[in-house]
Amino acid sequence: MSGIYLDYAATTPVDPRVLAAMLPYFTTEFGNPSSVHRHGQRADHALETARATLASVLGCAPRDVLFTSGGSESDNLALRGLALAAREGRGANHIVSTPVEHEAIRATCHQLRDHFGFELTEVAVDAHGQVSAAAIAAALRPDTAVATVIYGNNEIGTINPIAEIAAVARARGVPLHTDAVQAAGQLPLAVGELGVASLALGAHKAYGPKGIGALYLDSGFGLLPTQTGGSHERGLRAGTPNIPLIVGLAEALRIAAAERDEHNAHQRRLRDRLIAGVLGTIPDSRLTGHPMDRLPNHASFALRGVDGNALLMHLDLAGIAASSGSACKTGDPRPSDVLLACGLSPEWALGSLRLTVGRATTDADVDTVLARLPALVARLRERAQQPERQLASGS
Amino acid sequence: MTRVVIAMSGGVDSSVAAALLVRQGYDVIGLMLRLWGEPTADQRFNRCCTPDALAQARRVAAQLGIPFYALDAQDLFKARIVDFFVDSYAAGLTPNPCLECNRHIRWTYLLDQARDLGADYLATGHYARVETPDGPSGRGYRLRKAVDTHKDQSYVLSVLGQAQLRQALFPLGHLTKPEVRALARELELPVADRPESQDLCFLADGDYRRFLREHAPTVLKPGPIMRRDGTIVGEHQGLALYTVGQRKGIGLSTREPLYVLELRPVDNALVVGGADELGRDRLVAQRVHWVAGEPPMGPIRVEVKIRYKAAPQPAIVNALPAGRAAVLFDGRLRDITAGQAAVFYAGDDCLGGGIISREPYPTTTAAASDS
Repeated sequence: MSGIYLDYAATTPVDPRVLAAMLPYFTTEFGNPSSVHRHGQRADHALETARATLASVLGCAPRDVLFTSGGSESDNLALRGLALAAREGRGANHIVSTPVEHEAIRATCHQLRDHFGFELTEVAVDAHGQVSAAAIAAALRPDTAVATVIYGNNEIGTINPIAEIAAVARARGVPLHTDAVQAAGQLPLAVGELGVASLALGAHKAYGPKGIGALYLDSGFGLLPTQTGGSHERGLRAGTPNIPLIVGLAEALRIAAAERDEHNAHQRRLRDRLIAGVLGTIPDSRLTGHPMDRLPNHASFALRGVDGNALLMHLDLAGIAASSGSACKTGDPRPSDVLLACGLSPEWALGSLRLTVGRATTDADVDTVLARLPALVARLRERAQQPERQLASGS
Repeated sequence: MTRVVIAMSGGVDSSVAAALLVRQGYDVIGLMLRLWGEPTADQRFNRCCTPDALAQARRVAAQLGIPFYALDAQDLFKARIVDFFVDSYAAGLTPNPCLECNRHIRWTYLLDQARDLGADYLATGHYARVETPDGPSGRGYRLRKAVDTHKDQSYVLSVLGQAQLRQALFPLGHLTKPEVRALARELELPVADRPESQDLCFLADGDYRRFLREHAPTVLKPGPIMRRDGTIVGEHQGLALYTVGQRKGIGLSTREPLYVLELRPVDNALVVGGADELGRDRLVAQRVHWVAGEPPMGPIRVEVKIRYKAAPQPAIVNALPAGRAAVLFDGRLRDITAGQAAVFYAGDDCLGGGIISREPYPTTTAAASDS
């Protein structure tokens, strides 16, 4: 596909170096790491090398890294596993979450509440969608099983003070899980400094393949496995490991960590050009999410009185791939819960636009978008004023 | 390159229509409108655009290599079609929402969306034909019946005018349904039918009586059932629950079979009578629309369809002032129903139509024309 891709928060292309690292494991190095023979031994070596690579990115022991099928599975495993283990171990029956979590977290919390009898507290966020340590501290109870806070928000880009929040939770003996899927590749992942009990990440937002993720789990906290079977991944996640994808995940995150400063500087500059350009040329536009504490590649806006979905269609036909923040291909304009939690009215929230840049984005791309967007928004607003234009003049 | 927007439903007809447009070399964009659907316990989808239908249309578009988008028209559909539907029943009329949807949603809102996307044409999977003028002297754009008369949908398209027909494409108009199915199989497109235009797509289950009971109970006012002479023979549960010509389910136990002759909102009466009293040979239509853009001069002999699935009946139509028309049939029809459309045909040409009213037939059409 030609055109300008500004939806790197949805997914990224696989880095050719990552692809090259993966390829042998589809064909010549196809062994099952559980096997006795040398095919198996070589596969096991690749698996454990990848685990060690990822552990060094996370600053943890290799045994604290579990491989999963992706960020959503990691979130599910951590949240459900920690909650159920805490109930079993100490009778804890309460979960603390936020209204700005990814669906993988929100839906899991709701299931734990509705079907497993946990109590759920969602703490309030500020107008930037940011969670404060104080708000979490106020929500924690002696019977809190687990708390969960997203690291970098997928929809509005806001970065949460995870280290502060984790310190508060740890002091109360409560494990803090963080969804770092969107942050992985852009933000520091040193779990020692973050102080979290668990951290979920995936590969495909960081120039790795889809369908693979990992979970960091502090072995000091108990976890009840949700997928049972063999003794893979210390018995916490059954299933033959997908070696080529695991190799790809580790390589993608290794590269991302090594080149982070360079890529972030590039992306931050383009992001800031987009933000300044949009806010400067489009009336009734505002930034959503935090103005400073935001993901380096992430610009998100609310445009009053614009049908966000129609805007995406027009942008796509103009060769610009963008997003409204919460993937909605059904044409059903429900204002996003995240934007409502930030206090936006539906009139603003329905006009959400997310532009996320990547390693390959150029200044010329940004120029093109900034040149086309204002007129397009103006036209859609005009249209919204008169949904049945032709009716007046027609039959 | 000529750009065409095709309205896609995920069903066989619009999928084949899209494929034909691609094959003809157009620059094709697929659109689906998200329409209002009755909320139920676990969902609120219009049956025209369920998540399954949307996914299916997306798959078809991907298979054809064309872009596809879903657009929201829920509020507009609710205001223009659903509210109109309820208001019509409240006024003792039996509406045809498909026709209104073509008027207000497909061929106004969607056509405008298509124009906004730089499209030269809007195409649908309807079975009908558009004839372009053959020369500067010729008539304007003509709307014609489909070649497959069983599938012909010109009735619900009779609201189209020159401005719309100029930009309308009906790729299936020359094909029969079996041919369309064969094409679908050949092109490995879905062959399942989606609900067609006679369905009330916004109802959760297709039962309009239940819908009115639940969503517009004030529409349903009990009232007298009476004979033409005023004799009260029973009580009805709301005029909206009955249609002209209906015999079963009136709730009367008489020796002589009684039929619904008329829904009379002025005194909320359901007028019934014997088979011999049933039927009329004339009607006045309002909100009359002429495909050609203007009414014919003087009376014309036509065939008239008084329901989507009714057989065309020979009649003489006289255009009256204020967008009205007087229709005099050659014989009596049992089920002339206020609120339905009377659509006029000259052979395969759809000339237009109007909404059947309760207005009394003028004593002389000439006098009415003069007034």
